[in-house]
Amino acid sequence: MQSRMIERAKQLLADGTVNRVIGWKKGEFAYDITPAVFESAEEIDKDFVYDDFCGHNLSKYLIKESRKEGKLLAFLKPCDTYSFNQLIKEHRIIRENVYIIGIACDGKADAEKIKAKGISGITGISSDDDTFTVKTIYDDEKISKSEVLEERCTVCKSRKHAVYDELIGDEGEVNENSGRFDMVTKLENMTADERYTFWRNELSKCIRCNACRNVCPACSCENCVFDNPNSGIAQKSAATSFEENMFHIIRAFHVAGRCTDCGECSRVCPQNIPLHLLNRKFIKDINELYGEYQAGVEDEGRTPLTSYTKDDCEPSIVNERGCK
Amino acid sequence: MQINNEFKPKIVAFCCNWCSYAGADLAGTNRLNYPADVKIIRVPCSCRVNPMFILRAFQRGADGVIICGCHPGDCHYTSGNYYARRRITLLFSMLDYLGIERERTRLEWVSAAEGAKFSATMNEFVETVTKLGENKRLEDLRCKAE
Amino acid sequence: MQRIGVFVCHCGTNIAGTVDVKAVAEALKNEQGVVFSTEYQYMCSEAGQSLIKNAIKEHNLTGVVVCSCSPRMHEATFRKTAQSAGLNPYMVEIANIREQCSWIHKDMEKATEKAIILGRAAIAKVHLNAPLIAGESPVVKRALVIGGGIAGIQTALDIADAGFEVDIVEKKPTIGGKMTQLDKTFPTLDCAACILTPKMVDCAQNEKIKIYSYSEVESVSGFVGNFSVKIKKKARFVDENKCTGCGLCTEKCPMKKVPNEFNLGMNNRSAIYIPFAQAVPKVATIDPDHCNMLKNGKCGLCAKICTAGAIDYKQQDEIVEEKYGAIVVATGYNPISLEKYDEFAYSQSKDVITSLEFERLTNAAGPTSGKLLRPSDGEHPHTIVFVQCVGSRCSADDSKGGKSYCSKICCMYTAKHAMLTREKYPDTDVYVFYIDVRTPGKSFDEFYRRAAEQYGVHYIKGMVGKVIPQADGKLLVQGSDLIANEQLKINADLVVLAAAIEPDKSARPLATMLTASMDTNDFFTEAHPKLRPVESPTAGIFLSGACQGPKDIPETVSQASAAAAKAIGLLCKDKLTCNPCVAHSDEMMCNGCSQCANVCPYGAISYEEKEFRMPNRTTAIRRVASVNPAVCQGCGACTVTCPSGAMDLKGFSNRQIMAEVDAICR
Repeated sequence: MQSRMIERAKQLLADGTVNRVIGWKKGEFAYDITPAVFESAEEIDKDFVYDDFCGHNLSKYLIKESRKEGKLLAFLKPCDTYSFNQLIKEHRIIRENVYIIGIACDGKADAEKIKAKGISGITGISSDDDTFTVKTIYDDEKISKSEVLEERCTVCKSRKHAVYDELIGDEGEVNENSGRFDMVTKLENMTADERYTFWRNELSKCIRCNACRNVCPACSCENCVFDNPNSGIAQKSAATSFEENMFHIIRAFHVAGRCTDCGECSRVCPQNIPLHLLNRKFIKDINELYGEYQAGVEDEGRTPLTSYTKDDCEPSIVNERGCK
Repeated sequence: MQINNEFKPKIVAFCCNWCSYAGADLAGTNRLNYPADVKIIRVPCSCRVNPMFILRAFQRGADGVIICGCHPGDCHYTSGNYYARRRITLLFSMLDYLGIERERTRLEWVSAAEGAKFSATMNEFVETVTKLGENKRLEDLRCKAE
Repeated sequence: MQRIGVFVCHCGTNIAGTVDVKAVAEALKNEQGVVFSTEYQYMCSEAGQSLIKNAIKEHNLTGVVVCSCSPRMHEATFRKTAQSAGLNPYMVEIANIREQCSWIHKDMEKATEKAIILGRAAIAKVHLNAPLIAGESPVVKRALVIGGGIAGIQTALDIADAGFEVDIVEKKPTIGGKMTQLDKTFPTLDCAACILTPKMVDCAQNEKIKIYSYSEVESVSGFVGNFSVKIKKKARFVDENKCTGCGLCTEKCPMKKVPNEFNLGMNNRSAIYIPFAQAVPKVATIDPDHCNMLKNGKCGLCAKICTAGAIDYKQQDEIVEEKYGAIVVATGYNPISLEKYDEFAYSQSKDVITSLEFERLTNAAGPTSGKLLRPSDGEHPHTIVFVQCVGSRCSADDSKGGKSYCSKICCMYTAKHAMLTREKYPDTDVYVFYIDVRTPGKSFDEFYRRAAEQYGVHYIKGMVGKVIPQADGKLLVQGSDLIANEQLKINADLVVLAAAIEPDKSARPLATMLTASMDTNDFFTEAHPKLRPVESPTAGIFLSGACQGPKDIPETVSQASAAAAKAIGLLCKDKLTCNPCVAHSDEMMCNGCSQCANVCPYGAISYEEKEFRMPNRTTAIRRVASVNPAVCQGCGACTVTCPSGAMDLKGFSNRQIMAEVDAICR
């Protein structure tokens, strides 16, 4: 896969279709990969990498990159393309300036989970069907994928690209039965006290590093409301338990109807707070109350929160069919 | 510390200017009592109520928050209350999901002619919130200590 | 830092009776930024207002908080007061300590404490107020009257008389409305047609008035002074400009068995018809549901005989778009359906009729040429029972569709019917069953007493329980006489039901288009029930006639003229001051994501690509929202949709509302 991508990227650079390529770049460690823009074949040869650690959603970077001179090649995984469409819908990305190569994805590995298995000195990763082969400075380790996949990949909603100009690899399918709402349902079935305790435990870990906000493709504001002195809620860091709640509720609310469930928030959280469970609650509610809706399937139209029907349910529905 | 049977809840009511605020005025004109614990904030439309305001009220020690607007179909701005209905529904559901007692939040449509409904709603809401007692789950302890 | 003055009103004892106003003024003195705090008997009085003005000047106030009645009552008053003292009117906030405090609480201590908190919230808000300057928008000097009954006609004539152009939209083929169906009018008994038709003709001949008959309002956009209205001219298949109204087509039309709605189905008309002789415009209309030519292309007789060549079977509905500065609603009323009133045998017997049907039976242009004959056999009825309050004054959840209100006109027209019957046919026994006889109006009670005393109408206090059609064609009326305390059985020839009246069905969708509010009975609500009875709360929308509540003709006409006066007052202005409490977008914060434009009901938000200076001497082009302040109505839907908080509402900003929240929860 990596070699096909490199080959195609070089071709497109050479024939002038694009003048830059956004992809992933090796870091100090094999799992320490960062998104990067390459401007020449040499740079690509030197640093370009695509393997099972390349989880980053590149769409958000296109907000800035697509506004620069010339066309850009972007390699987008299926879930990244949903974010891409949503950002097109919000006029944040200039579509004409991006050439999308959709790349197939079989799920990305969570380095933390691998390390937690006692594997160290990781130098690389490869995969086939349902096994990852982790290369280390010692021996190669084989691990069943299901054990170390990123959470979002264990409940992958779609292997189908929402948008692309060309594809590398096979086009997958939308997975209607991903089970991604199972944990939300489980929480809903807890008692209010249990839920409160669960969230207090989770949210109190927040150190307000803003990683979730910075990585989130829906959190694409020029200036965040929490940095806006006129919003009345500007805060640099959460000083109290309430502010932890406030930040995460407001953030989830602001992306409600726009969140594609790409799972980046939870992936980057250094405190391992399951932030996706907040977003998925909104998605689940929207699906159940206002009809199935997947943000990013389309690149125009209204979101569930900027539309309505006259027969929408009343908020009292929360009493009738809310959590236990 | 307050003893629970003397507990007086703090209730913030957001009322849209055109229907519910007028409904509240009508309750006054008709001398329809409801507890003094309810304090009304006038907003142009229920769609002006930002979830931030509701959370802020809880943060600052409110025990209950109620939003009142024109009946669906009667919005002075035609569609404001329809948007409000979706937003508020999802927010209430989220608060419920976080384990906050759902009885502390409420949305009610009150027209300018429904002074009696306004009063009855407030009486009922205050009673419900009083039963729940102080809001311990969503408040900023710093702000409460005075 | 603001310098705030607090003014606590006693409102006589209205506030001071339950709120310790002195304590409130004293407590609020200690609030941050408050440099002056006082109380006074009547703050809205001239003396009270000059107290405020003096304090503004003397203490250099930058903000004013008035603790008084509802801002819906006197906010405008106090804003003007501040303005006349040189303060921006939007630096005034009202703490509502009357309607929302003193009037609902009995306990002085609690009410006082609440008043102080409400005062604090207002002070907290004023701290964040900024002077606002209202923009201006031009006024289109043309009015639209929706509904061409007597209310709409009177309003249109008055507006035209003041020199403004006015259009009438009437859904029926002719203007005139319900009044055209009436025979005589109480209490003077002049004939309805004699007083109405000249006005209809005036409308037709007035250069300033344009009549869109057989037309409906399709959509309304815009705002006060600048409404844009789409009017659907329904295809009448006759060219209005060519038709001379000779009526030959209506005579020759072979489809003659169409129930005549003008006579409430008591006789028939042809498929091409002119509703009645004095119709305005006097133009034929083809009923597409019954015309053979339109239904299956066979016939075409009317086109053959029309010498004017006015028939046009291919005519289509036409949409006309017009601009108006003011809109007057005059959609009127209808009697309710009595289908479910089986106890009165309305659906079972032809001889049980409504009062409006009775009007047609006694009208010279009616189905019986004015002779009072039983619909079933054409015989002269000798015993007539009138039943009042059929569907009026019911419980609010009446299963038969009855109304909780009094229909107001029935007592008087029933007295009229009874009196006229007795006058024309002295051999007829006339009974009137009533709950109360309500006659508040000039010469009304005298009229009713004349019916009862001079004309020998039998007035019976009580309700009719049942009307049972008999084999001999008579109607057995069972009722109770509450005064004599006995059950009555009357063998009647004719029973006349005074059906309740309700707003026209078209009113509800129209109200939605106009964003005008309605009550639970679908009557339009007024901006103030006493002080602004002919205006809707929606600016630029005025109410004329029974669309606002049941009314008789004298009342309708006076309200129609009042609505016209209000509309003229608006049309006289060249420019309107806009509401300055509108949304505005902070360009530095805006993402250009379009979510706000999606929820804006007025289309007030547009986007532009703008160049911004960025750090390190670079520039960036960004898409940002901008709000048209003349179009924005200030609902705030956009502010909540905006994730970055770039969109905010002047006068109700995020920080202002949160300051109020904080003050209340303190």
